[in-house]
Amino acid sequence: MTAKIVTVTSGKGGVGKTTTTANIAVALANMGQRVVCIDSDIGLRNLDVVLGLENRIVYDLVDVVEKRCRIRQAMIRDKRFEELFLIPAAQTRDKSAVSPTDMITLVGEIKDETDWVLIDSPAGIERGFRNAIAPAGDVIVVTNPDISAVRDADRIIGIIEAEQKGPAKLILNRVNAQLIQRGDMINADDVLELLAVKLIGIVPEDEHVIISTNVGKPVVLDHKSKAGMAFTNIARRMMGDEVPFMDLEYKGDLIHRLSRVFKSGGN
Amino acid sequence: MTEKKFPVKGFREGLLISLGEGDWPDLIGNLMAQIDERAEFFRGAKLAIDVNEHQIRAAEMGDLRNQLSDRGITLFAILGKSSTTQAVAESLGLATTKSVLRENRDGFSHALFEGEKAILIQKTLRSGTSVKYTGSVVVDGDVNPGAKVEANGSIYVWGKLRGSVHAGVEGSMDAVVCALDFNPITLRIANLEKEEPKLKIKMRRSLCKAKVVDGSIRLVEWLSEK
Repeated sequence: MTAKIVTVTSGKGGVGKTTTTANIAVALANMGQRVVCIDSDIGLRNLDVVLGLENRIVYDLVDVVEKRCRIRQAMIRDKRFEELFLIPAAQTRDKSAVSPTDMITLVGEIKDETDWVLIDSPAGIERGFRNAIAPAGDVIVVTNPDISAVRDADRIIGIIEAEQKGPAKLILNRVNAQLIQRGDMINADDVLELLAVKLIGIVPEDEHVIISTNVGKPVVLDHKSKAGMAFTNIARRMMGDEVPFMDLEYKGDLIHRLSRVFKSGGN
Repeated sequence: MTEKKFPVKGFREGLLISLGEGDWPDLIGNLMAQIDERAEFFRGAKLAIDVNEHQIRAAEMGDLRNQLSDRGITLFAILGKSSTTQAVAESLGLATTKSVLRENRDGFSHALFEGEKAILIQKTLRSGTSVKYTGSVVVDGDVNPGAKVEANGSIYVWGKLRGSVHAGVEGSMDAVVCALDFNPITLRIANLEKEEPKLKIKMRRSLCKAKVVDGSIRLVEWLSEK
């Protein structure tokens, strides 16, 4: 069974691509899936840090492409899950070191031995982004509910369609329920109305994320974290489960909250 | 030394460039030079290349695709007589038959006024896309923030106008801008500009027309006046 190849991208920087990639990967591995992550952000690598694997890097993506090692030698096994691997980016090179064709070739070599290949894309719309989407079968766009992030997401969705990798799917990350309630932040409906793509996840703003990044333990493993729960739900949806979206309580009055508890059966 | 320009033909799916005979590296060098001369025209384009009798190896085809990708061009088909070339193209996920290309039909749809020409765009314009036309433009879809429409004539948006528009580009004060949901980022008619107040997120302006009245741009109700 050949792997599903999914690229996680955004256009805008800092919206949570790497956090999303790491957490979806761990959530899938937690469900027994075999996963290989590839960090394609050459020169500004981060996926290794978020997964807590930075001190295990011997070879990286550029070493594989330039044939200084075999692909297996660059695959770092996760500390917690036997079937989760990371191919880290190079930190001392830049995006011109790898081409779209290199990425397609590399993914071709591993896709029959795993269930998922998740590619963490760099920000932007230039070479690094094109490298990341070249091998993709599906593309996930991560955005935040703010106007400039959504503007960039719209652009990148258009490019993804033009490159015939569409339609993209959307994750709305760092949603702040209080700000939405006050009318100071755009809500999911407004974002979807503009972007017009399928929503596969809403992830709330959660301080557990920063804490978990600093210790290299993805937040899906923290049962107290709502963001972690949201990422797990996304992984379940990617596996085909129909999971209702989490209740973020931004219709704040008591009547609404009660009716939602009864309807969803205490989600 | 004269550089031969390769003929470029437009189809609905994209552009077709036919390479002739010659040394493959020279052909590719000339092709890239030709593209670079009109970089903005080619950026974002989808390209099919007719390589005729050439036998192209996988490494060469991959390298060609990379060079085009660096210029923002997507290679989607390699047409050629050689079956090895076709096999290589197929293995790289490229189309190989001429039937993928359909002729452009005449782009003009309705005349909005007698004698005037207009184009009909039947999709939402996402951020980063732009349309420029010498007549009028009708968009059946939205114009998203970051998208731009420029017309010598008028602009009609059967959807949400949230991007940038400039009607009457060459000075026509009769040009108008209309939208079902009117909230452009920048609004210009001829050489006049109307500074738009930033609407709070949920406010809507429905069925609006912008036209020039007494030397400045005014907003009126669309479809209610004769």
